[in-house]
Amino acid sequence: MPLVDLLGNVLSLLAQASQFTPVDQDYLLEARQMQAMSLGVHIILVCFGIAFPAIVLFMEGLHLRTGDPAYKAIAKRWSKVMLILFAIGVVTGTILSFELGLLWPQFMESFGEVFGIAFALEGISFFTEAIFIAIYVYGWDRLPPRLHLLTGIPIVIAGITGALFVISVNGWMNNPVGFELSGGEVTEVRPLEALFNRQFWHELFHMYLAGVMVAGFLTAGVYAYAWLRGRRDRYHRVAMIVPLAFASLAAIVQPLVGDWAGRTVGENQPVKLAAMEGLDETTEGASLNLGGLYWNGEVHGGVEIPKGLSLLAYHDPNATVEGLDTVAAADRPPVGWVRNSFQVMVGIGTALALLGLAFVLHWWRRGRLPRSRWFYRAVVVAGPAAVVALLAGWIVTEVGRQPWIVYEVMRVEDAVTGAEGIPVGYGALALVYLGVASAALFLLRRLARRPVEWETGAKALEPTAPPREQEAGS
Amino acid sequence: MAELVLAALVLGIVAYAVLGGADFGAGFWDLTAGGAQRGARLRGMIKRSMGPVWEANHVWLIFVLVVFWTGFPRAFGPVMETLYVPLFLAGVGIIFRGAAFALRGEAATIAQARVMGATFALASVLIPFFFGTVVGAIATGQVPVDGDGDPWSSWTGIVPLYIGVLGIGTGAYMAAVYLAADAQRSGIEDLVAAFRRRALGAAIVTGLLAVGGVFIVRAEASELYSGLTSGAGLVMVLISAAAGLVTLWLLWVDRYALARYVSAVAVGAIIVGWAVAQRPDFLPGELSFDDAAAADATLTALVIGVVVAALVLVPALTFLYRLVLQGRLDTEFRPIVAADTTHREDEP
Ligand code: HDD
Ligand code: HEM
Ligand code: HEM
Repeated sequence: MPLVDLLGNVLSLLAQASQFTPVDQDYLLEARQMQAMSLGVHIILVCFGIAFPAIVLFMEGLHLRTGDPAYKAIAKRWSKVMLILFAIGVVTGTILSFELGLLWPQFMESFGEVFGIAFALEGISFFTEAIFIAIYVYGWDRLPPRLHLLTGIPIVIAGITGALFVISVNGWMNNPVGFELSGGEVTEVRPLEALFNRQFWHELFHMYLAGVMVAGFLTAGVYAYAWLRGRRDRYHRVAMIVPLAFASLAAIVQPLVGDWAGRTVGENQPVKLAAMEGLDETTEGASLNLGGLYWNGEVHGGVEIPKGLSLLAYHDPNATVEGLDTVAAADRPPVGWVRNSFQVMVGIGTALALLGLAFVLHWWRRGRLPRSRWFYRAVVVAGPAAVVALLAGWIVTEVGRQPWIVYEVMRVEDAVTGAEGIPVGYGALALVYLGVASAALFLLRRLARRPVEWETGAKALEPTAPPREQEAGS
Repeated sequence: MAELVLAALVLGIVAYAVLGGADFGAGFWDLTAGGAQRGARLRGMIKRSMGPVWEANHVWLIFVLVVFWTGFPRAFGPVMETLYVPLFLAGVGIIFRGAAFALRGEAATIAQARVMGATFALASVLIPFFFGTVVGAIATGQVPVDGDGDPWSSWTGIVPLYIGVLGIGTGAYMAAVYLAADAQRSGIEDLVAAFRRRALGAAIVTGLLAVGGVFIVRAEASELYSGLTSGAGLVMVLISAAAGLVTLWLLWVDRYALARYVSAVAVGAIIVGWAVAQRPDFLPGELSFDDAAAADATLTALVIGVVVAALVLVPALTFLYRLVLQGRLDTEFRPIVAADTTHREDEP
């Protein structure tokens, strides 16, 4: 297709003549990895920030309605976990704020005024969250029960709005709108338009559901593990079912939102879509490859579904899907990373949706949990799998945007700092994260070993008396 | 518009210096509290007082950062490119400190508690120091607008180092005042006395540092000096000095609750004085506030954002601090010895 090639080359020449100058930086790749590492750490914690409060509050609500002390004991314990994870989320988030400036000063300097508002509003959200999380966690048994529940609501709302605004920035990087550019200077800033860019909505819903899945499956997994080890009391049952129900519902909806995300990417960033599918040439009625791995410029293995891609991406079997050939080689993302990560995410997403469906159907039809040990094993694995899907998804979004930091406007090499010592900072930060992560895991395990705090005097009401020693359940 | 956003930025810096500073100062007293047995009561008090508020105190830093890069992007870039060493070190300090503080209550053995405690305390001292050097470097015009300032000499001059030390000092001073007030509210007499002594000591040391600073700044940074010794800059310096003296007196007569507000004025005034002294430049001699500022649409949106923030946050913060001051979020006072096998119900 020479015409398309030609067009593509002209396009990419235009695009490459960007209005910024590259910075002399030998360690661009390390800078990108360092940014990715910090984001990867933060995002896992954040899942607990955006989804866990709702689950904890639901538990507390159950307690207020029924007076059952088991619900309260669980909610109370979880709120402590929430506080610890929140604190670590706060510090890793702060590092990110520094890092955006330290690693990508040109990006912040040129575009801070376009997307900055989103960060300002995010700041407000987290401020609110920090205030109420303190009141909530320290307020157990000191505030009247209803008021205590009420102080949890701002945490839930602020978690959602906070994530909303950061995602808006990421959406904007992928779909930069709301400004004009002349000679490398930003003019005519329209902050609202930038805030509600076209990548924003699907990223928001997709991420929110991902947060519920990660927090829900990980929490449920802890209790499923305890169950497999023989701790089969009511406390563990309830503590598994509630987060599992949240996560399962999210898992069932997630592939639908993912489909929406894919189609939106097809509209706004066709090159990313091509990379996700490893589609080299622009094709009419493109087929879909499922499960194959991509290396050396080719897909190996997997199942071929004729016209599948056109059908999925445009809901039309004969639609033309743009391939990587629409842009010059220098303007293509690293296909292997993007495509393989995408396969991993979709594979895990499908599996978790099936698991969720199995649980929900079983519960609905039989009114109880499945008895098979395999079900509990699956729940134990589901948490880590959701984390892998989460990270894989972000790799798709972020690596798929390459080589642009602001899609088709600014390249990463124009944005990076000229500072020395990036490898030193990278290494140091990696060690710091490792230290913090091991300390956190170690201490959370200790928290888990503590006896559950049953309401004094309430034990008599409890039909299945709680075991004295709780080891694995957190 | 740029003026309003500047005011918000300065307000944020003041709040962080006062609230975050006191928070770091508490870490300083933790570090210097003495051996495991001797320091146990001090450490217990510090943990109990700071527990519910440290996150809210910390978020002011985020506020400062986002207002900085949104409102004044053209100054933000160069500052980040030149001062990356102290900023990175402060950032690492923040991770250590936050994590150690959050996890400390879970430590099981003396050794674990010591490691956590030492990390917390050491980081608390380093963070204000490095932020101080950043302020010093900006104030003395070490950040060129193209961002290629020297990564080391820009912040290791005498004035930046001095401001770093001053940062530690003011934090320690405010923390001691705050903790004395909190101990008084809780009726723990021996700790009131302990923190009173520390507050008085820190007030005197910080006061002397401030006086000595006048000479350092005069010798090393004449621009800054003339800004601080004329017009509004001078007024602010005088207010700060007066507030410092009043705090000393209030401490002497055991009026800690009042002392903590006045001590905040002392610190806040000097920061406002710095901003005034630098006017109209953001990066002295290099970039004015107006040139550093973002487009009008952005500034307007930012001001609206700040107003919304005030509407949401002022009631929320009032609620939090009221609960704290009423003692309704208090956990039972317990010295931190280590070996927390007897974890209390009421302690998160
Ligand atoms: C638990 C996690 C999880 C699961 C199970 C899935 N995803 Fe996902 N996906 C993410 C977590 C995620 C994410 C939170 O990591 C991303 C990164 C950016 C975003 O908005 O969501 C993402 C991005 C992302 C993108 C790129 C969006 C963009 O660049 O703007 C697409 C096309 C999909 N996903 C599609 C899917 C499909 C078709 C799934 C089907 C099963 C799926 N995802 C499951
Ligand atoms: C929503 C907020 C986010 C923002 C504002 C953001 C911003 C950035 C920036 C500025 C870069 C560096 C420039 C570049 O390489 O293009 C980057 C790269 C990257 N980010 Fe994100 N990011 C966000 C979320 C995430 C999350 C949650 C992850 C999870 C892992 C992630 C993964 C990555 C990766 C893997 C890279 C490196 C891409 C590459 O260099 O190939 N991002 N991101
Ligand atoms: C998709 C990406 C992201 C999501 C969904 C997200 C969400 C969150 C959430 C929910 C919190 C609350 C703390 C917690 O619960 O752990 C948080 C904290 C924070 N995040 Fe992120 N974040 C993302 C990426 C980023 C990026 C790219 C930055 C920086 C530029 C950032 C900066 C912060 C900061 C500064 C905090 C601490 C706020 C505080 O002090 O309370 N986040 N984030």
